[in-house]
Order: sequence, then structure tokens, then C-alpha cells
Amino acid sequence: MTEIFGIPIQAFLGQLMLGLVNGAFYAMLSLGLAVIFGLLDIVNFAHGALYMVGAFAAWIMLEKWGINYWIALIVAPLIVGALGVVIERLFLKRLYGLDPLYGLLLTFGLSLILEGIFRDQYGVSGQSYPVPDALAGATNLGFMVLPNYRAWVVLASIVICLGTWFLIERTRLGAYLRAGTENAKLVQAFGVNVPLMVMLTYGAGAALAAMAGVLAAPVIQVTPLMGSNLIIVVFAVVVIGGMGSILGSVVTGLGLGVIEGFTRVFYPEASNVVVFVIMAIVLMLRPAGLFGKEA
Amino acid sequence: MKLKKLFAAGALAAAGVFGAATPAIAQYSGDVIRIGIITDMSSVYADIDGQGGVEAIRMAIADMGGAINGKKIEVLSADHQNKPDVAATKAREWFDTQGLDMLIGGTNSGTNLAMAKVAAEKKKPFIAVGAATSALTNDQCTPYTLHWAYDTTALAKGTGAAVVKQGGKSWFFLTADYAFGHQLQADTTKVVEANGGKVVGSVRAPLNASDFSSFLLQAQGSKAQILGLANAGGDTINTIKAANEFGITKTMKLAGLLVFINDIHSLGLKTTQNMYLTDSWYWNQNQETRAWSRKFFDKVKRMPSSLQAADYSATTQYLNAVKTAGTDDAEKVLDVLKKAKFNDVFMKNGWVRGDGRVIHDMYLMQVKTPEKSTEPWDYYNVVQVFKGEEAWTTKAESKCSLWK
Repeated sequence: MTEIFGIPIQAFLGQLMLGLVNGAFYAMLSLGLAVIFGLLDIVNFAHGALYMVGAFAAWIMLEKWGINYWIALIVAPLIVGALGVVIERLFLKRLYGLDPLYGLLLTFGLSLILEGIFRDQYGVSGQSYPVPDALAGATNLGFMVLPNYRAWVVLASIVICLGTWFLIERTRLGAYLRAGTENAKLVQAFGVNVPLMVMLTYGAGAALAAMAGVLAAPVIQVTPLMGSNLIIVVFAVVVIGGMGSILGSVVTGLGLGVIEGFTRVFYPEASNVVVFVIMAIVLMLRPAGLFGKEA
Repeated sequence: MKLKKLFAAGALAAAGVFGAATPAIAQYSGDVIRIGIITDMSSVYADIDGQGGVEAIRMAIADMGGAINGKKIEVLSADHQNKPDVAATKAREWFDTQGLDMLIGGTNSGTNLAMAKVAAEKKKPFIAVGAATSALTNDQCTPYTLHWAYDTTALAKGTGAAVVKQGGKSWFFLTADYAFGHQLQADTTKVVEANGGKVVGSVRAPLNASDFSSFLLQAQGSKAQILGLANAGGDTINTIKAANEFGITKTMKLAGLLVFINDIHSLGLKTTQNMYLTDSWYWNQNQETRAWSRKFFDKVKRMPSSLQAADYSATTQYLNAVKTAGTDDAEKVLDVLKKAKFNDVFMKNGWVRGDGRVIHDMYLMQVKTPEKSTEPWDYYNVVQVFKGEEAWTTKAESKCSLWK
């Protein structure tokens, strides 16, 4: 059998595929972070908690009211997006113009509170969310058996990432947004409601996190800790990609998922730290990140 | 006249104070019997012990009437956040400033080894309930440590041997990459090989790995019959879930080496059916366990894990010993405990061995299919009972200097 780096080609392709699946999650989560940082200058540490709340919202809807996955995939992000709007209005609004550290501490505190509430209510063992019937089963790709659901996650996240990129970089609304964050006063003078835009941007970022949460729910157990387990890696992705760069976070997310996957084969003990090793190297060579603009 | 009355009253009061209190100071330190539990209250192991464990201790105190010989029984609890240094610092503080009489160690082997050291230094009883590592009564045994519920040796002897005897000859391990996982894998490997099986490979996954599918794909490539899960809590849960998703369970059988009922509840029977596991206790064993568990359920809204039942048992037996000894003096209470026979909802005819190991039966269970389960939390069939010493380290294997 043909081998690549000493492992059979089938196993190699299998690991590549798994890496892409994880990378898709990283990409989606870091995308939300990049949007919020790029446009609002807020290091949103509550992102992991919002991701968790999204997954729980889907689970509660299914458990309590029998609302299915497809509806939850739309409704849960809307709910969490609304929660994001509330957070922005109540708290973050007061911090614009201050040192970004304040925003970081505030959102970190918020995430601890959200996690605490869910831990108190549901414990830490986690809740099972079934794979939707339409995506049950697995497809034999020849080199591996790929669960249909995971294929769907990759597809969905690529569509979401492209959509977000397009919205911000290629539409008039996106142009306003980018301009508004460059110079709010000037844009406001042209009659654009900048505070409203900023509020909706944070809401949209929260909704993106929630959507990733709903997508993740059938793959991992829905637990209050699921966000904090992931958030540090996702931050590393954003830093490597270049803080605030949307393209950077998407490409880096997918790439790091793959690299992490291969580390699991060659030296599994290091798989949890490989992302940070890469981060250290990238920051030494390119302090602004791979796709970041030099300040 | 008035003066006389005053004198009399004074004398009476003095007699009352000295008559009751002076001997009590000698017998009960601080005039109160104080039990502490330091466990994971907020992280991955919080459901299997945590607040539920504290509640079980409160139940034991209530069943004792809340006091012994008029001395109040109190419980202190703290979260060690799975950090040995936090656990040790808290334990030292309680012994030094709170007059703690006995410490219960909740989950996490690392924190328990640290607490055992502090308790031995302070010469106070330490009862390890939630920790798995057999080192507590082996190379790190102390005269003050009692290991109550289970250990890695018992888990290996239970599940490991049973699975090999069922025909699972070749094993691949997925191991949590820290002391507990390594120990569990090593202990199980010994048992598997002794029973004529062989280990074809293993992979060490970092604790709290976000995704286990890569590791599972490697396990599948090994063509082993059995996938041994030498991990715990959330890691076990996510491994089992991914194993189902990727169809690994069609070609390999899973052997969970440390699985609690909360994990099964979280995953559901559809995912876990027919799996073997070893535990020290199961709530739905008999009339007595059911009755106690329903009381627990009313307070905590979950059925008790084996650890929570063991928290109740450890507290009950400690308090019985305090009552028998007529004091909370550590040496005297330990003396009583080491000679006692334990009979409670958790164990029958239990006793403390020379190395501090509490000897009681262990059970091999198989997870029921969804059709066979009659109510929520009705999850196990007991398929084998390991009687008394059968489950634990033997004297020949032991490195405990107290037991030579």
C-alpha cells in the first residue's frame, strides 16, 4: 500500500478529513471573533459561552417543545443574537473608547456567569443531542467511513464563512460598517446610524457563535464547559490569522484543524499544544499575524 | 439570703460549666465534630461527586441525629478545581484554623495524594472516596489514609478480566495522558495479559481533548477486538459518542474502565447499551439502596453515583467510630475504625486492611438495552460480584510499608 510520511494513504486521507471537520468549527468560531474585534475593537471572551448557550438553546427547544434541528439552526442563533444585542446595549456600549482590556475583562466575567448558570441548572456531564434523521448514517469514502453529519458541518461552515466574508467585504452595508469603525463621527455625519450598526454587529457575532454551537451539539455532548474548552484554541486561531482579519481566521481555522489532526497521529501527546507552538512561531516572524495588516 | 442564693447559683453554674464542659474539651476538640470534604465542585467531575457528595454527607449527619453525645456535627466543603496545590492549602487551613477532625477527599487522584500528605503530617484521618489511584494505599500509603470506594486495581481486575474471558483477547488502549490514565492502562494490561489476552497498541490523548475521532481511527486501524478506555468523565463520554458515530462499535467492543452512572445517563442507553463496566455500588441493587437513593434524589434531582453513596458511608462509619470511642481524637477513632465491620447502604461486612484499603465487594455491570430499562436511571444489570479481597491489590503486589 502507498504510504505518505510513513502512514498508509487511507489513514492519511481519513485524518485529513477529520482535521477539516474540526477546522470548520475553528473557522466559524474565529470568524465571529474576528468580526467583533475587527469592527468593534472588543476582545470578546464571552464567545465560547455564547457558543455554549446556542447549543443549549437547541437542546432545550428539542427537549421541551420538540422543535427540530433545522428550525433550531435558525432560531437559536436569533435568540442568542438578541442576547448579544442586550449585552452590547447594557454593558459594552459603556466601554467604547476605553482600553480594550476592560472589554476583555467584562466579557470574561459574563462568560463565567453564563457558564455558572447552566452548570447550576444542568450539571457538567452533558446532554445528548441526536443527529437529525436526514443526516444520520455514514458514507464510505473508500479511505474512511465519514458520518454524513460531519460532512454537512464542513459544508455549512464553508457557506457561512463565505457569506460573512462577502457581506463585509463586498456589500454596501459592509462598507458602511468598515467605515463606521474607522471613523464613527464622519460616517455618522453622512446620516448613517453607527451605534445601531455596532449593536447589530455584536448581535451577529453572537449569532455566529450560537450557530456553531447548534452545529456542534450532535457531535459532542452539550455541556456548560464546551465553550471554555474551545475558546482558547479559537483565540489562538484569530491571533495567528491576524486579529480582525476575516479571511485570515477562516483559512487559519481550517489549516490548524488539519495540522492538529496530523499531530494526533504522529505525536498525540502534543496535539493540544501544537496550535500554541505555531502561534508562538508566527508571532515571532509576523507579529501582526499571517493575514493581519501591520499597525 | 440574697447573697446565699447568688452563691448557690454561682456554684451551680460553675458545676454546670466544669461538669459538662471540662471533660468535653478533653474528649471532643473544639466542642464540635467537624468533617470536611474537598472535591471538584465546578468542573468535569462535579456531577459524580461535587454538591451531591456534600449532600450525601449531610444526610449521614442527619441520620446520626446531627450530634454525638450532645456535640454538634458540622460539615465544611470546598472546591479544589482539580488542582493539588489548592486542595493541600485548603486542607492545611482547615486543620490549622478550623479544628477539622476528619477530611474526605473527593474526585481526582492528584488532589487526593496531596491531601493525604497533609493529613498524615497533621495526624488526622483522611478518607479518600472519589480518587481512583491505587497509589493511595500502595507506595504512598499512610497510617491516616483510608481508601473507601474503589481503585484502579479493582477497575482493571473487574472489567479487564471479564472482557478477556468473554473472548476479547486483543486490546487497544485509548489513554488519558496523565498519572491516572497511565496507571489504569498499566493495571489493566497486567490483568489482560495474565488472562491470556494481549495488548496490540495504545494512544495517549491529552486530557480534555476537543475531539477523539482521530484517536479512534487509529484504534480501528489496529484491528484489535477491544477498545479499552483508560480515561474518565467528559473524555469517556466524547470518546463513546464518537465511536458510535464513526461506526467503530461495529468492529470493536468498548470496555470503559472508569465509567459512572452519570456518564451513562448523559450518553443515553442507545449509545452505551451492552457495555461492561466495574463499579463499587449501584442504586438499583436492592430495597435498601433504592430507598436511600430515592431520598437522595428528592434533594439532588439525580440518582446517586457510587461515590456519593460512599461519601454517605464514610461519614456514617466515621461518626459511628467517634461514638464508640467517645472522642474525636484521631488515633482513638482510627483504632476503632480499623477494627470495625462496616454495614451500611454502600457495603456489607466491609473492613479496613493494613494498607488502609477498605475491603468490600465490587460489581461487574452491563448496561441495559433501552427496551430492558424500566425507568430513568434504571441502567445496569449486575453480571458478576467480586467478593471481598478478590477485587483488590494482593499482599504480594503491595509496596505499602505498613502492610508487610
